[in-house]
Amino acid sequence: MIDLKLYDRLFGVGCHQLKFNGLFLQGTADIDGRDMAVIGTRDHAAIDGTIALQISAAILQVVSEDTVSGKSPRPIIFIADTQGQALSRHEELLGLNGYFAHVVRCVDLARRHNHRLLTIISGEAVSGGFLAYGMMSDCICALPDAQVRVMDLRAMSRVTKISLERLEDLAKASPVFAPGAENFWRMGGIHEIWTEQDNWPQRLIDALDKATNSDARAAIGLERGGRHMAAPIKSLVVNS
Amino acid sequence: MNRLQISYFEASARKRVNALVDADSFTEYCPPELRKTSPHLALLDSPLALDDGVIVGQAKLAGHSVLVIAQEGRFYGGSVGEVHGAKICGLLEKALAKKPAAVLLLADSGGVRLHEANAGLIALSEIVRSLLQVQAAGIPVLALVGGSCGAFGGMGIVTRICNELVMSEQGRLGLSGPEVIETVKGVDEFDSRDRALVWRITGGKLRRALGEATVLVDDLIPAFRTAAIQLVERYKTQTLVADDLAVLLAAQSNLVNRRTRFEGARDGREIWQDMFTDSARVPDMTVEEFNQQMSVLL
Repeated sequence: MIDLKLYDRLFGVGCHQLKFNGLFLQGTADIDGRDMAVIGTRDHAAIDGTIALQISAAILQVVSEDTVSGKSPRPIIFIADTQGQALSRHEELLGLNGYFAHVVRCVDLARRHNHRLLTIISGEAVSGGFLAYGMMSDCICALPDAQVRVMDLRAMSRVTKISLERLEDLAKASPVFAPGAENFWRMGGIHEIWTEQDNWPQRLIDALDKATNSDARAAIGLERGGRHMAAPIKSLVVNS
Repeated sequence: MNRLQISYFEASARKRVNALVDADSFTEYCPPELRKTSPHLALLDSPLALDDGVIVGQAKLAGHSVLVIAQEGRFYGGSVGEVHGAKICGLLEKALAKKPAAVLLLADSGGVRLHEANAGLIALSEIVRSLLQVQAAGIPVLALVGGSCGAFGGMGIVTRICNELVMSEQGRLGLSGPEVIETVKGVDEFDSRDRALVWRITGGKLRRALGEATVLVDDLIPAFRTAAIQLVERYKTQTLVADDLAVLLAAQSNLVNRRTRFEGARDGREIWQDMFTDSARVPDMTVEEFNQQMSVLL
């Protein structure tokens, strides 16, 4: 049995119709008469080629349905819960990066077709799996328990040959490498972190209303004091 | 040294750029003199580079105006940090205003720079969005992969979003590097020290056979140059439009078919056996012979 508590809390009891296929989910929701499409993964899915194709097919289906029906394009809510890409020789042989690139292209198509795109991070958002679809939307929101990271500090310590103690110490002052939704928020990589007390359907609607299709994350990161270099370096190059 | 003998694999990013574009035509943006180094590496007392491992600028290619991005694989594996990523992103935004004949991406990168992992991951997602905008504006982005780091992680995804991909046999492309898979899943899953195996999984011939690389060239900078010129001139004569629903539905079924056709395959040999009559010879074929056989197959 799949626990529907999360989706009840996000959209309201009886306000969503979701189909589950393995760790992939797809369906619709309706908050106060506003229709939206829902696409996501659950249970910390490792994204392999099969799941990537399920995500891209679902996006293409939404774009196609709204094109055919002539209705105004529905928002797409991505529910991201991924431990990252599947680690497998078979997947690498077939070019998993190309499957992820295809997902990215499909997300971009939806944006160009005026679908508002919103990501809700539940559970985990890690590295490549997160990059492929969760990070491509117009607005990225994290639930209170969300774990966001590229790599844990222990593994990072091994690769960079910097002691774990030193990394843990530096992580207190800098949001730049340590895991955590709060760190990504400060750097502009996450737009909102919701709290346990929040009315999530209301926050979702508010986030949809506020979102735009331009990428302002570098400016947001500068404003929040977590990413000082990105925005000015970009401007420096643009104005060269 | 004979200019025709310059190995792309062996060359630095700067050497690649200078030998790839028209002589003395390259102007660098945000050059090393500005000393825009990584504040995060400095905090960790780690070595810095004055260009943060990436060179961006404008140049001429056979007289055509191009913008160029070249990653330096010898600096933290060409990895993307905050400054490095922002330079690439800025260059792509510059392309929207400048409208060059093409943007050339000389990728040589393992992906996110772990010393500044969060900034690197966010930067990669910003690069992807900027790149898609450049393409939607009708400007082709051409990836060149033939360096020691190949294109992995987020850069592996970026490379596959590009309109064309020129690879050498020595070039490698993927998502997770063999070392990462071996570390997490064990040596039976992927022996990263088996070089021949690594190349059969990630190398240029495999990527060309699957249709991911669109051109396979010899490991020589002039060969990359010739291929880039041909592509830039081809795009001059055709209007580039952003992928529509029909194009992406076709791409979807292609990718589905690949999974069915090569279900369970774990070695490039299985792909050769499926495609080539003389599959055992594929690793030894010259680029010329390989391309000739591919042209019959495709």
